[in-house]
Amino acid sequence: METANFVLQMKGIGKEYYGTRVLENININLAPGEIHAVLGENGAGKSTLMNILFGMSVIHSTGGFEGEVLINGESANIKSPVEAMEAGIGMVHQEFMLIPEYTITENIKLNREITKPNIFSRLISNKLETLDRIEMNKDAKKALKTLDLNIEEWIKIAGLPVGYMQFVEIAREIDKSNLKVLVFDEPTAVLTESEASNLLDAMRTISSKGIAILFITHRLDEVMEVADNMTVLRDGKLVGVRKKEETSIDELAEMMVGRKINKVEKGTNTIDESVYKLELKNFSVDMPGEKIKGMDLKVRKGEIIGIGGLAGQGKIGVANGVAGLYPSKGEVLIDGTPLPLNNPKESINRRIAFVSEDRRAVGLLLDIGIDMNIAVTAMQNKGGFLKHYGIFSQQDTKAIKEHAEKMRKELDIRCTGVDQPTRRLSGGNQQKVCIARALTLEPEILFVSEPTRGIDVGAKKLVLDTLVKLNQEKGMTIVMTSSELGELRSVCDRIAIINEGKLEGILSPDDSDKDYGLMMAGNYSKKANSGGEVE
Amino acid sequence: MENNVTIDRGILDRKTKIKRFFVKNMVTIMFIILSYIGFHYSGLSVPFFMSELITRFARNGFLVLALIIPVMAGMGLNFAIVLGAMAGQMGIIMVVHWGITGVPGVLLCVLLSTPLAIIFGFLTGKLLNKTKGQEMITSLILGFFANGIYQFIFLILVGSVIPMVNEEMILSSGVGLRVTIALNDTIRYALDDVWRFSFIHTVLIATIIFLIIYAVKLYKMKKGETADAPTDKSKTYFNLGVVVALLAVTLGVMFSESRINDLQVPMITFAIIGVLCLFTYFLSKTKLGQDLRTVGQDRHIAKVSGINSDGIRVLAIVLSTLLAAYGQIIYLQNLGTLSTYGSHEQVGMFAIAALLIGGASVTKATIGQAVLGTILFHTLFIVSPLAGRNLFGDAQLGEYFRAFVAYGVIGLSLAMHAWKKYLQSKDELGM
Amino acid sequence: MTEKAMSFSTAWKSFYAKAGLPRIVIGVFFIFLNIVSIVIGISFGSLMTDVIIRALMNMILVLAMVPGIRSGIGLNFGLPLGILCGLLGGVISIELDFTGAMGFLMAILIAIPFAIIVGIAYGWLLNRVKGSEMMVATYVGFSAVSLMSIGWMLLPLNAPEMAWPMGMGVRTTISLEGRFNHILNDFWRFPTGDMDLSFGGFEIPTGLILFVSFMLFVMWVINRSKMGIAMKTVGANPKFATASGLNVNFYRMFGTVLSTVFGAIGILVYAQSFGFLQLYLAPMFMGFAAVAGVLIGGANVRDANISHVIIGTFLFQGLLVIALPVANNIMTLGSLAEITRLVVSNGIILYALTQVTGGD
Repeated sequence: METANFVLQMKGIGKEYYGTRVLENININLAPGEIHAVLGENGAGKSTLMNILFGMSVIHSTGGFEGEVLINGESANIKSPVEAMEAGIGMVHQEFMLIPEYTITENIKLNREITKPNIFSRLISNKLETLDRIEMNKDAKKALKTLDLNIEEWIKIAGLPVGYMQFVEIAREIDKSNLKVLVFDEPTAVLTESEASNLLDAMRTISSKGIAILFITHRLDEVMEVADNMTVLRDGKLVGVRKKEETSIDELAEMMVGRKINKVEKGTNTIDESVYKLELKNFSVDMPGEKIKGMDLKVRKGEIIGIGGLAGQGKIGVANGVAGLYPSKGEVLIDGTPLPLNNPKESINRRIAFVSEDRRAVGLLLDIGIDMNIAVTAMQNKGGFLKHYGIFSQQDTKAIKEHAEKMRKELDIRCTGVDQPTRRLSGGNQQKVCIARALTLEPEILFVSEPTRGIDVGAKKLVLDTLVKLNQEKGMTIVMTSSELGELRSVCDRIAIINEGKLEGILSPDDSDKDYGLMMAGNYSKKANSGGEVE
Repeated sequence: MENNVTIDRGILDRKTKIKRFFVKNMVTIMFIILSYIGFHYSGLSVPFFMSELITRFARNGFLVLALIIPVMAGMGLNFAIVLGAMAGQMGIIMVVHWGITGVPGVLLCVLLSTPLAIIFGFLTGKLLNKTKGQEMITSLILGFFANGIYQFIFLILVGSVIPMVNEEMILSSGVGLRVTIALNDTIRYALDDVWRFSFIHTVLIATIIFLIIYAVKLYKMKKGETADAPTDKSKTYFNLGVVVALLAVTLGVMFSESRINDLQVPMITFAIIGVLCLFTYFLSKTKLGQDLRTVGQDRHIAKVSGINSDGIRVLAIVLSTLLAAYGQIIYLQNLGTLSTYGSHEQVGMFAIAALLIGGASVTKATIGQAVLGTILFHTLFIVSPLAGRNLFGDAQLGEYFRAFVAYGVIGLSLAMHAWKKYLQSKDELGM
Repeated sequence: MTEKAMSFSTAWKSFYAKAGLPRIVIGVFFIFLNIVSIVIGISFGSLMTDVIIRALMNMILVLAMVPGIRSGIGLNFGLPLGILCGLLGGVISIELDFTGAMGFLMAILIAIPFAIIVGIAYGWLLNRVKGSEMMVATYVGFSAVSLMSIGWMLLPLNAPEMAWPMGMGVRTTISLEGRFNHILNDFWRFPTGDMDLSFGGFEIPTGLILFVSFMLFVMWVINRSKMGIAMKTVGANPKFATASGLNVNFYRMFGTVLSTVFGAIGILVYAQSFGFLQLYLAPMFMGFAAVAGVLIGGANVRDANISHVIIGTFLFQGLLVIALPVANNIMTLGSLAEITRLVVSNGIILYALTQVTGGD
């Protein structure tokens, strides 16, 4: 193919972070006016690819990248987002880059204000040129009109519906006269259905003006509706490029998920089929970015159940809600009796332990020793590790130390001593401290979220083995939330997939990649409803 | 696409509107009432009070205005204008030592303090960039810290390490400056005395100018030639109303026998304050002003859109420090005595209290608020000792009360701002 | 470089990283002043006595910083609130005509309930201004001092050493002579005034040492109790604490109340040694000295313990005590101690602030 026909080419792109390969030989070609979707699970490398395109400092401060970015056939050396902007690449952010107290015009013209000179600006600096608000309003109006958006340009952003904010972002990009490529990063994630369909219309309008669009998403039906071509990434590798006419939702789903599964060596656990240890009924959690909007789930005694789904769909919210950390509604039954919600202490008393996905922010006291990290929750809730002198109580330093030593041995926590502050431990060892703390509570139900995030391969296996062992030897019921499907499929007895805050379905670890792909993308129930075949 | 948004602005019923106005301006309204009560019990005559107020406004107005730019840049109330005041005083000390008098003396003060203030401002700005989110407490402590260094220089180094011989200024031991330095023979009233003009005529001219400005603005609005939102109209009407009322009062006083007609204003000082108002207004209309505001609203977005937010923040502090230096020079040329180790100490606190009383907050301050706040704060300053004596038989009580008011209003304003910020962050985290 | 030199340089680096430049400068300056004071022949014994007394009389005020920092409200610039409660206790004790040890004890007992009430209100406020506690606290302290100035003028007190002979209000400074002046300092003082000299003027204020040690011990016990550990957990990581079933706001308030109570007791210990109760504007800046003291000892905005209090108070107060005669001997300048106080205390606070987040 001829180079000059493409407005943007990414050739042989690769990237390593501290020796870990996250992208390998990615090629994307984008013609003017083309809508090109980039598909992939979390961690497939989509965001790293975009970071490279925009010259983010996180790329350049970690040794740059391999390969080449060409704009209009010429090699472009983009070192910062501002240079990307100058080169004609724009982005509609997932989190809006809008200033609420500014008018729509001011936001559209942010740092690109139209100015006119005056005496002072001529004498001192062009920074002192006065803003030409009338001209700015005209431009803003024009950009809004291009998007068929019927709204006054002098209205402040604060108070606008989310859908409109998205459009203001887009208006800002198309107001840039040199715009060649516009990247949409998961643009429909926060929109209602009708807003999303408006957005797709707008994308078509923009592409009809010759602007190429890179559309990053996981909603397969939207991709099929609007994209001309799609590139699928998985584990940092290019899986394939398809034309819209040549592919189907099923194929894309399979391409997105497919992977080999390494079954963890696993004995048999005893699942009591007749008893539900934990039941969620119409359970909602208001966790920002990970909302759960009324889901039902039954967990059997003694099983390991996985909770999977894409980022932002709500899987993280389940455990946080049951642990009482975010405002929840609905009903949670433990052994058939209801658990008072929004009360972390009560959850602990009912023998639920929670290992948070956010290890450093929620899971650890970073400047305090391992021993106290492990003991403190049990001390505060069960009165352990204390010596009593009349009405006074004092910490039982010896018991705390001994317990920590025991845990250190059991979980193989590598440290210089049990009084070492947890900040200086590696990710894997930090995770083990979190698990040790949860175990000290002697829970019957253990919630673990993202147990292997950010830890190395060896430690990963150890953590997963530990979970399996706890399940088998102590009969502990485990609810494991993870973004890594492979990990869930290797450990869990059943896997619940969450989509848009609801339970999309429950799969067995041996179900096909296609089913997983469809469920994660939210197309499983839609397909079932429309009479499609469900395996 | 059918995308019509109905915006609820402008269709609030009258009652809600009035309620909102009162809630929003609670502090200011409270102080208007307090000032009135104080004035009533002080037993002062209107002309005497007015002449005091004119003096104090000329003295302090500039310093209060120096605070606006850092607020625009989102850095809160700049307690470190104390450093600017020190720069101003350093200029004055040198000028007094060399014995240069009158307008040239003041101009030399300005010239000498400019580079000092720029250096101080630059260093302050750098420090504040290292303590983002804690700018105010840092600038407050920095003021105390700088005070220590300042004392070290003028109490210990001058005369011992820095050679300086001047019997009138140096302590009898030969080391260190005297606690007070009289400016009577050098720069006292240097600016004020250039041109004094009838107060009432000044007000008359000013109101007429504003009347014309607002009339033109309204005319333009009617023709739809402005970039403002149509809802700004009512504000312009309100301002126009205030100006007309002021004009009526002025004319009323002019044709009465009141002694107010004898009052005079130091025109040059007022003109300088006026120029600073214009400068601040002009700045807010420029690209630089927009950058300042953008950085103030959201550092991260500013950075992503290519604005050098750290640089803008340093610039804001440099400007503020510079203005504070000039403000202190204006202040001292009127006061006539430099309290070497004390004049600068309270500058930050008083200016900030004045600004807040005018209705400003940690995140928003306007020229109007600065002017109104200066008037109200100094009204309280003039009347409270007298009112305290008349009410409780002790002037000291009134002085404690006014100190409490200054600290209290700052504390209240900071707490309200912090509470709002906390509620917002709580919303975002869902905690 | 030889291996020995290498290991020395790494040891130095880790010490430097731990202590930070300002603390090393202050430490070196302190040692330097000590050497100079010996060289120029200042009576070392009496100087050390001064250092000990000054450090101990300030120590409980500094100790009041510990629960504040540990519970996560940061440097408690609002310490004047506690100080005012202590002064109120002292004034009421005198008004009720208590003398001697009883006077001191009653002052403390009266001050504590005030301090608890004020601490609860103050804690309630601080729980609503999370993230800006220090600035709000500073101005709450200032406002309270100026409001209480009005209070001092209006309080109907009649004890002769407190009321002005004419006019209204309480005196600015109230002598504790005949009340509880030096009640701790003179308790088991060793050696007593008549038999000194053999120690070069060195004296041990046993009562003061015992009382301060007792307060340090109380804080130590609190820190190791269940509630103390909960407080520390809340301060170290509020999210972790919530997940561990702890009520973050309650423990922050607990820390604030403790800090206020210790502030109240602290000022009474200070006053009995100083000989006067200082009212009106005097408490305004006392919080800053306490903050500086604990920071110099090695605490930061997030962590403080009892060793920081002891080291910091000795270093900071020692510096100020020694600077005065040394400066007088060299340059005959009275204000050097005051300047040192301003620069050192505010310098160390600025340093601590830059270490909080270091920008973004």
